[in-house]
Amino acid sequence: MIGFLLRRLTIAVLVAITVSIIGFSLLRLSGDLASVLAGENATPDDIARVAAQYGLDRPLLTQYFDWLGGALTGDLGRSLFTSEPVSQLIMERIGVTVTLAVLALALGLLVALPLGVLAAVKANTWVDRAALVFSVAGQATPNFWLALIFILIFSVQLRWLPVSGSDTPAHFILPVVTLALSIMPSIMRLTRAGMMDVLSSDYIRTARAKGLSTTSVLFKHALRNAILPVVSLAAVQFGFLLGGSVIVESIFALNGVGYLAFQSITRVDFPVVQSILVFLACAYILLTLISDVINAQLDPRVRLS
Amino acid sequence: MSLTIADPGADAFETLAPSPRALMRRRALSHPGLLIGTGFLALVTLAAILAPWISPHDPYAQDLSRRMADPIWGPKGEWDHVLGTDALGRDVLSRLIWGARLSLWIGFTAAVIAGLIGSTLGVLGGYFGGRVDSAVVYLINVKLALPVILVALSVAAIAGGSITAIILLLGFLTWDRYAVVTRSLTQQLRERDFIMSSLACGASHARIILRDILPNLLNQIIVIASLDMALIILIEAALSFLGLGVRSPTPSWGLMVSEGRSVMFFKPFLIMVPGAAIFLLVIAINMAGDGVRDVTSPEGRA
Amino acid sequence: MSGAPVLEVEGLSVDIDVPAGKLHAVSDVSFCVRPGETLCLVGESGCGKTMTSLALMRLLPPRATLTARRMSFEGRDLARLSERDMARLRGDRLGMIFQDPMTSLNPVYRIGDQMEEVWLRHRGGARAAARKRAEFLLERVGIINPRQRLDQYPHQLSGGLRQRMMIAMMLMCEPALLIADEPTTALDVTVQVQILSLLRDLQQEFRMGLILITHNLGVVARMADEVAVMYAGRIVEQGTGREVFAAPTHPYTRGLLDCIPKHGQSAARGPLGSIPGIVPSLVGEMSGCSFRNRCALAHEACRRGEVALAQAGADHAYRCVLPPGQARGQAPAFAGGAA
Repeated sequence: MIGFLLRRLTIAVLVAITVSIIGFSLLRLSGDLASVLAGENATPDDIARVAAQYGLDRPLLTQYFDWLGGALTGDLGRSLFTSEPVSQLIMERIGVTVTLAVLALALGLLVALPLGVLAAVKANTWVDRAALVFSVAGQATPNFWLALIFILIFSVQLRWLPVSGSDTPAHFILPVVTLALSIMPSIMRLTRAGMMDVLSSDYIRTARAKGLSTTSVLFKHALRNAILPVVSLAAVQFGFLLGGSVIVESIFALNGVGYLAFQSITRVDFPVVQSILVFLACAYILLTLISDVINAQLDPRVRLS
Repeated sequence: MSLTIADPGADAFETLAPSPRALMRRRALSHPGLLIGTGFLALVTLAAILAPWISPHDPYAQDLSRRMADPIWGPKGEWDHVLGTDALGRDVLSRLIWGARLSLWIGFTAAVIAGLIGSTLGVLGGYFGGRVDSAVVYLINVKLALPVILVALSVAAIAGGSITAIILLLGFLTWDRYAVVTRSLTQQLRERDFIMSSLACGASHARIILRDILPNLLNQIIVIASLDMALIILIEAALSFLGLGVRSPTPSWGLMVSEGRSVMFFKPFLIMVPGAAIFLLVIAINMAGDGVRDVTSPEGRA
Repeated sequence: MSGAPVLEVEGLSVDIDVPAGKLHAVSDVSFCVRPGETLCLVGESGCGKTMTSLALMRLLPPRATLTARRMSFEGRDLARLSERDMARLRGDRLGMIFQDPMTSLNPVYRIGDQMEEVWLRHRGGARAAARKRAEFLLERVGIINPRQRLDQYPHQLSGGLRQRMMIAMMLMCEPALLIADEPTTALDVTVQVQILSLLRDLQQEFRMGLILITHNLGVVARMADEVAVMYAGRIVEQGTGREVFAAPTHPYTRGLLDCIPKHGQSAARGPLGSIPGIVPSLVGEMSGCSFRNRCALAHEACRRGEVALAQAGADHAYRCVLPPGQARGQAPAFAGGAA
């Protein structure tokens, strides 16, 4: 178990470093940052001046190690736009994004898990088909479109909920529902598939041969096994929610990290963008690490090997 | 395809089982999802190919005297603009048809690029194992850790909205699923007797991969490609919606939703119509993909 | 023999819905089991023996339907019990052991937990009592250090140990009838013998009825009080173990016995037997003897009607149109069999 953890941890750190290199270079190699920053009518002199001002004329590696050195000591640079420290910008907004992601994940699991179990237990009945239609439709709905439809219905027509902003809890309802709906289909499908697999397994037949009640067979014996892959998926989804909230936060003008990222991208505020990028990647890596540990706790075959 | 007999009574009726190909055809023809999905997809593809001939108006032509004309079901709808006109007086149906062309083109080419990258990595890792495999797994982990939307947005913002740039970008951001699946399937195939016997007969690795392994992966790759294409179309729409993908005035569905957003409180159809187009196309592609999987491997749907 | 039967089955049939129609997995099967007695169900895979056992437990797959004139178990008709009442019987009065001990135990729960829950479900009471019972039974099935084993997970045990544990688990409530479906097929040969003798001892000790499902005639010879040979969903020969082995009457039974290599048998004394052909499709209605396409003695009469069970001895019946003498026939019994 300790060896397993150490190995996973080493890989996680290496992946994090690689991702930071990629994120860093992508921003510099996908176009000429200095000329984008200098604006459309800039002369070559202007561009050279901008490049020198932000240190973009130095070799890529030097720039990277400068940034990495700063990042490791908690200094992520300053925003080109507001001159505030990037770390402060992120810290001010992380609460909104994490709240959004946690609520959306909780709501998603709360609906999708029981639905997946139900679909598997009632396989090939109308319940199962309805769940399938729901998941196919959910997977095909662009979430920016869904968000706009929700605004039209609940904010404009019914006037129940505010259109945008992040002042009151009511502001969170539509974004949370939008995000939750976007993660439900995959969780439901995986739960259903896992349950189907487990329900046809020999040990479920054994459990039934022992005369156990349906509740015990389904929830003690089947779900516990079927949930193992769902834990990993939920971790991935949480990472997606942190990053995927870019769209939803922008539409609802929720002042979170995603909205900050979007604003910074449109202003080419690259110190902020690259920090958020690496920050989200690290969050994802950490989450998968945690899900591995949870999985090991849930599955004695992993824990004791 | 491996065929596992789970039913204890299954071998009793082996005698009457028709050939696998005939069975597959029968399953395909009795699979409503596959038929509807491929049917709709074929229709959209046809419309996209024939866009220059069938679109009723020039998708770029503005008619400022007829801005935001109602669609045919609206109070003042006219057959001249079946789906109405947008805020600049452009015909929505024409823009929709040309937008289909763009969505399908981007979805298809980016899915092919992703498929080439992912399948190559997956097959190499699964086949050779050892260090090659560790490298492949490492690359997959790195790819998975990249926040796709954010990377896409920032690269698209810096690189500008050229369609080639978007295709390359989405191709490089969505290859992971191909790699994960082909890797594990190749690992399983590698252990099978027919590969062992090819090896024993002195066949080269390249020959085994091309002749014995790839043909066995093709069905799965097609299924993943369909899911990937649907995903790419959704991401492209999101990028364009946020104003960082395909740039105005090119007709893109995501962009159309974004353009309709400013007037959506008076003219909701301007976001409903292009959004519904994305929704239906993605559903059709997913249904077709799920159908192909059900028909080629009836053991389970996940 | 020894008292009233614990289980009497009359006219049990199992049909399965398949795309091509109705598959008659089990057709009109009747038998009975007495306390302390072993009934062996023998046949090739796909002959319906597993479906028969699952039907007794009412654990058939959802597409299968069960019909029976009577399935009387301790005064109750298993075919007509509600699912709730049936669940109360399973694990308590009726136990079942499965073929593959590697997959038949839940990988995420401890051995002790999986055993105790049988007791807690049917007897209730404190967990400590259930644990005591589990420990006693693990010891009884020959597991040393039972107390430590209770805290282990299935993957930490070998196949033989797991099968012992499975047996102990099913004995938690001392069932009146134990069904064992190929309990030794997945195990090493040396372990097979131990498990079989264990089953035999426990059966005597607890005076259980035992239904042993197997394709291995060696196991039958060793264990059976009664034998029922199944072919294509029907019982083709049934009787006491001694009579069936002494005077196998149905051509199929004799074919099975010819397939067992005997010590010292060499090419000169004749090749090992085999039964040519394959089992017929069980989908749709059929008439006549289902074995006729593989039988060397087949003739016109085999095509017509239902072939009824006929007496071959006091406790011995077989399903063939020929009288016992002719059915036993002269070698060669099979078209491509022993020459």
